[in-house]
Amino acid sequence: MKGTRDFPMCGFSNTVVQILKNLNVPFEDVNILENEMLRQGLKEYSNWPTFPQLYIDGEFFGGCDITLEAFQSGELQEVVERAICS
Amino acid sequence: MSSSSSIHSSPNRASRIKEKLEKELEPVELVIEDVSYQHAGHAGMKGRGTDEETHFNLKIVSKGFEGMNLVKRHRLVYDLLREELDSGLHALSIVSKTPSESTR
Repeated sequence: MKGTRDFPMCGFSNTVVQILKNLNVPFEDVNILENEMLRQGLKEYSNWPTFPQLYIDGEFFGGCDITLEAFQSGELQEVVERAICS
Repeated sequence: MSSSSSIHSSPNRASRIKEKLEKELEPVELVIEDVSYQHAGHAGMKGRGTDEETHFNLKIVSKGFEGMNLVKRHRLVYDLLREELDSGLHALSIVSKTPSESTR
């Protein structure tokens, strides 16, 4: 993400953080603004050119739009609960 | 939005996005909204002018999305707009639907 969970540096990153906080699930944040190599590497790894990028159980889930839509539909809660139980 | 000193070749980015998406996806609905002004000056935007086209909202309704999940749809849009992303386009907010989904 851009910035940290406590100080997001972009509205999209902030949205995803707020969703995860709302779900009250454990998550790690990585500030890609502090590491250009990681930033470029992650883009290639996920085949996704923008940030934030949400990974659940090690798997790329989506960017801000997809996360928000899945949160609103209830799908995100299901995926996260499955990941926690696994 | 007219600037003869713009670093971008004409037509502007919004028109190029429109052309590419129309050509490749043949959308039945396409809405392109330039929201760059909302992001002028935030982190990662340092050193850029405030009049650059960096952030867009896209709504695309296309048959081409049928059978694809959201990640695949967004990747497809990103792939089509790779040149723009490599030349200063910063972020896209994408709503991607098939014709049958959009009438629900």
